[in-house]
Amino acid sequence: MVKITFIDAAGQSRIVEAEEGSTVMETAIRNDVSGIEAECGGACACATCHVYVDDSWVEKLPKAESMEEDMLDFAYDVRPTSRLSCQIRVTAEIDGLVLHTPEQQG
Amino acid sequence: MTETIKTDALIVGAGPVGLFAVFELGLLDIKAHVLDILPKIGGQCSELYPEKPIYDIPGFPSITGQGLVDNLMKQIEPFSPTFHFNEQVEQLESLGTPEAPLFRVRTNGDLTFEAKVVIIAAGGGSFQPKKPPVPGIEAYENTSVFYAVRKMESFRGKRVLIVGGGDSALDWTLNLAPIAERVILMHRRDEFRAAPHSVNSMRELVAAGKMDLTLGQMTGLKGEGGELSAVTVKANDGSIHDIACNRMMPFFGLTMKLGPIADWGLNLHENLVPVDTEKFETNVPGVFAIGDINTYPGKLKLILSGFHEAALAAQKANRYIFPDKKVVFQYTTSSSSLQKKLGVG
Repeated sequence: MVKITFIDAAGQSRIVEAEEGSTVMETAIRNDVSGIEAECGGACACATCHVYVDDSWVEKLPKAESMEEDMLDFAYDVRPTSRLSCQIRVTAEIDGLVLHTPEQQG
Repeated sequence: MTETIKTDALIVGAGPVGLFAVFELGLLDIKAHVLDILPKIGGQCSELYPEKPIYDIPGFPSITGQGLVDNLMKQIEPFSPTFHFNEQVEQLESLGTPEAPLFRVRTNGDLTFEAKVVIIAAGGGSFQPKKPPVPGIEAYENTSVFYAVRKMESFRGKRVLIVGGGDSALDWTLNLAPIAERVILMHRRDEFRAAPHSVNSMRELVAAGKMDLTLGQMTGLKGEGGELSAVTVKANDGSIHDIACNRMMPFFGLTMKLGPIADWGLNLHENLVPVDTEKFETNVPGVFAIGDINTYPGKLKLILSGFHEAALAAQKANRYIFPDKKVVFQYTTSSSSLQKKLGVG
């Protein structure tokens, strides 16, 4: 199993197991990770599964596609490390991924 | 006072389930009016995922959100429902009795309906503009901060900051630039989702010195007594500065909120409307809730569940509206009377 660490805005961290082929958003929802809402259910249509990728992982993840960049316009406090977790696919390569959830999903 | 629109059934929400309710009611000779807060039919299917395939509609191995809505519109065509767009129900008042319900329904656009049954098919609630989580923004709403333009004239001679990069942001930038003292468009990056010709027009105005474009994100508001004087902005290099303005319009897309349904005297459970599973009726006789907005033991938020709920709610609505009519269950495949209503056979 792939392991993903979620660190919330208060610094509380949680490690959850993710199934390969699913998305990081689905993993978060399945595990009740706080700070991820995913209002649209993964259609890349709402920007409420916004996460910040930990600096140590920014270079290792595939880059966001233009649809995701467009949708990030709807998120708040967008940073260079911002991603929508519904667009990050769980693969063996991302085992150990560290993500920070924002204070607010808007 | 505008004229009251009298109807058998009022359907709140023009998503797939609301549309299919028109069909099920129509087979029973019940006429319906349909309201939606959006300017178009289709609800989430059209607003959130028009191009995305749905794989769990019975009989359709794959159909897009918009494709499903288009098909439903074709299916309900024989019943010619009346649609009212950009309308949100504000008030629901009971005028009848539990045996013979009658409701007066008022919308934010000053429409008044008298309906024998009300079918809430409002999905995740009403689509409303997303508010930026900037501290204290409520104090400026409707005086200096607007999420939509009702009267363009009210922006004449103002310094208007428009925030966003989509069509709404660009359209209003272009519309207000000639009448405002100054329009400043702010976006988090120098790429825009809006239609390329609007983006080009905006860039021409900037080049001609007729408006400003700035990159950054809003972090705070300054002003007094609801009158905005400046917006604090974090630029992309991390530096903070103020942009002087007395009007601000944020365009951050839409979100779903339950809205005034909460004030209709219906029982609610976690922002959903509890119903029975025989008639999908709420605690108020004559008010039904179908689709994603309702809840009951075992509820699945699937379009197909909403279709089933629409059929059963229509049966009960039939008994309210035509109490003396003999109920005969019929199939569209074999009933000549149903086929006549559908304009086939």
